[in-house]
Amino acid sequence: MKCKEFLKELNDYLDGSLDPKLQAELQEHLHWCHNCYVVCNTTQKTIEIYRENKIYELPDELRSKLQTAILSKCKGTKPQS
Amino acid sequence: MGTIQTNVTGDTGQELALVTAAREGDIQAFEQLIQKYDRNVFRIAQHITQNREDAEDVVQDAFLKAYQNLGKFQGNSKFYTWLVRIAVNEALMRLRKRKADKTVSMDEDVETEDGTMPREVADWSPNPEQLYGQSELGDILGKTIQGLPASFRTVFVLRDVEGLSTEETAEMLGLSVPAVKSRLLRARLQLRERLNRYFKKNKSGDNKQ
Repeated sequence: MKCKEFLKELNDYLDGSLDPKLQAELQEHLHWCHNCYVVCNTTQKTIEIYRENKIYELPDELRSKLQTAILSKCKGTKPQS
Repeated sequence: MGTIQTNVTGDTGQELALVTAAREGDIQAFEQLIQKYDRNVFRIAQHITQNREDAEDVVQDAFLKAYQNLGKFQGNSKFYTWLVRIAVNEALMRLRKRKADKTVSMDEDVETEDGTMPREVADWSPNPEQLYGQSELGDILGKTIQGLPASFRTVFVLRDVEGLSTEETAEMLGLSVPAVKSRLLRARLQLRERLNRYFKKNKSGDNKQ
C-alpha cells in the first residue's frame, strides 16, 4: 500500500468503519511508514481536541436571554398542523 | 484504533412525547427541548457563521421555525437532526448574506487533490492541549477552524464535534455520502496541518517555543 492510498482511507480507518481486511492492510502500512503513522496519530488528536475542548460555548447569561426571547416569540404563534 | 463516532441523542421515546405535547401548544414541553439542544445549535451556528450576532439570531430563528413547523415533523428522523437541519440552513443563509460579494457554496474548493497530501509531518507532544491554558487553547482552536472554507467547517462540526453520522450530515447538507467524506478528510487534514505549529514537539523537549 502506498501513502496516497493510505490517506484515502484515513477517515474510515479513524472512524473504525473499514472492513477488517482493509483495516489490517492499513495497520500493516503504519508499522513501517513513520510519516503516515504520525499523520494518523495527529489527525486523530486533532479530532479529539476539538471534541473534548468544545469552543463556542453558550454563556449562561446569553443563554437565558435567548431562551426568554424564543419562548416569548413562540407564545405569539402556534405550531401549524 | 477505536471508533471516534459518538451519539449525542438518546431517550427518543421521552423526546417524542415532548414533541407531541409541544405540537399541541404546550410551551413548557418545547422549553425542555430548547434547554436540551440550544448549546448545540449555538455551537454549530457559530462554527458556520463565525459571527456571534448571527449565531444568536440563528438560535432564535431555528427554534421558532421548528416550533411553527412541528406539524411537519414526521418522527421518522430524530428531532435533533431535524432541528439541526433547520439551524444549518439558517446559518448558511446568514453567512451568504454577510459575504454577499462571495458565493458560499457547499461545493467550494474540493475538486482538486491539493490539501490532502500533508506538507509537514511532525510528531506532537504527548498531551498537546496541556501546553496551553484553557482560554489560549480555545483561541488557537477558534483561529484555526476559522481559516477553513465554510463547507469544510460545516461538515467537520456536524460530524466530528457534534457526532452526527456521515449519512445524517449528507442528508442535512444535501450532499452525497462520498462528498461528505471528501470534505471531512480535507477538513481534518487541513486542521491537523494548521495545528502543527502550535502542538509539534520541540527537539529539546515538549514545551512550546
